[in-house]
Amino acid sequence: MSVDKRIVLDPLVDTNPITLQMLGICSALAVTTSLAASLLMCLALTAVLVASNASISLIRKQIPTNIRIIVQMTIIASLVIVVDQLLRAYAFDLSKRLSVFVGLIITNCIVMGRAEAFAMKNPVIPSMLDGLGNALGYSLVLIVVAVIREFFGTGGLLGYQLLPKVTEGGWYYPNGLMMLAPSAFFIIGLMIWVFRTWKPAQVEKPEYRISHVHRTELS
Amino acid sequence: MSNDSWQKTLLVALVLCLVFSVLVSSAAVVLRPTQEANQRLDVQRNLLLAAGLAEAGAPADLVGELMGSVEAQIIDLDSGTQNMDVDPDTFNSIAAARKPNTSAALDSEADIARIKRRANMAKVYLLKKDGQLTGVVLPVYGSGLYSTMYGFIALDADLRTVRGLKFYEQGETAGLGAEVDNPRWLAKWPGKMALDETGVPRVEVVKGGANPSSPMIDYQVDGISGATMTSDGVSALLQFWLGPNGFGPYLAKLKAQQMEAS
Repeated sequence: MSVDKRIVLDPLVDTNPITLQMLGICSALAVTTSLAASLLMCLALTAVLVASNASISLIRKQIPTNIRIIVQMTIIASLVIVVDQLLRAYAFDLSKRLSVFVGLIITNCIVMGRAEAFAMKNPVIPSMLDGLGNALGYSLVLIVVAVIREFFGTGGLLGYQLLPKVTEGGWYYPNGLMMLAPSAFFIIGLMIWVFRTWKPAQVEKPEYRISHVHRTELS
Repeated sequence: MSNDSWQKTLLVALVLCLVFSVLVSSAAVVLRPTQEANQRLDVQRNLLLAAGLAEAGAPADLVGELMGSVEAQIIDLDSGTQNMDVDPDTFNSIAAARKPNTSAALDSEADIARIKRRANMAKVYLLKKDGQLTGVVLPVYGSGLYSTMYGFIALDADLRTVRGLKFYEQGETAGLGAEVDNPRWLAKWPGKMALDETGVPRVEVVKGGANPSSPMIDYQVDGISGATMTSDGVSALLQFWLGPNGFGPYLAKLKAQQMEAS
């Protein structure tokens, strides 16, 4: 596989920002109660991540090391504001539902993390691909979690009712837990389990082991 | 010039700020008309929702058409009479509440909704069918826990029964206070009594849930669990706006007119 392809495909599973790097968990808990909101969030994050990686990589040789974090923040924050303004103009209802979470992309660790870890050291095109790959990895997890939560929490997807709810004369009892943040923790936890069983290389080495001490009987 | 010299640091910081401030401000300026149109549409849609005339997510042309059947009026709040001098289309209630010459400060005792200043005028919406008044929609706002909540309350033709309540802007805690905008909670409102026979606002949100055997049950709505401050805010803002410092005088005038006509 070519290098460029690897940059995009690796973050999907092998180095997934949420399940392996444990970044961006906050928004993954917050917006995944509905698939529509999650899709919009993925789109917004993809746009910001690709553009921020591209612009940071473009000026990486000019950035003084002692203000590099502030420079990255300025670029990311400006891009997030622009994306937020665009959503307010063209996707008003959804942006109202996402409320503060679009603005919180600024503090999404994935964006800063990729800027600092990749875009500061690599040329523009690979940086954009890295941004795209990580955004897709984030999106993959978000969409899976959102599908599970919305389907079991409301019995429907994207607002279409798939299972008839008890309150509307059907048989499906919506699972209220799915609408609360802890369910996203459970689902992400299970995803991490599945990913690590499938790719044992992701399993971290234990930091310590409990050793067996052979001690003489006290009595 | 080395990247880490102070000249270079300053230069990079300045150029960066300049470039991105132009980017951000041009995005804001170019997109503002579309955003404002969205906002207006959203407010109108929520007004129609409160009045029970439209469903959530009604398309823009339907909202426009339905708004045509609603008669907007500017009224003087203190006297409760209509003010013909001000055009309802250009009246901005939020701006009016800020300017010193179009608003008055509220003393702390009267200011139960915690809004500090109240505009002298307000825009009300009359719902009519065949020339007969079928209801009235009043704009209300007040402080919750973190934010000012803006909404509409619609009353039936008896000017006592709640026809609907809807908030269109609030910044309460997501999942707790933000449930004021939950359709399931708002569905508890239609049919409740907002005012008693003498025109005193009695409606309130009750912590822990209203007791069905209470004599006041018609005036009480279950509180939102985990959101006591927000629930109290809703009670306070309704009590304020339906009371003597809010639309009380206007509702009394409207009622007298109805009596005369019948």
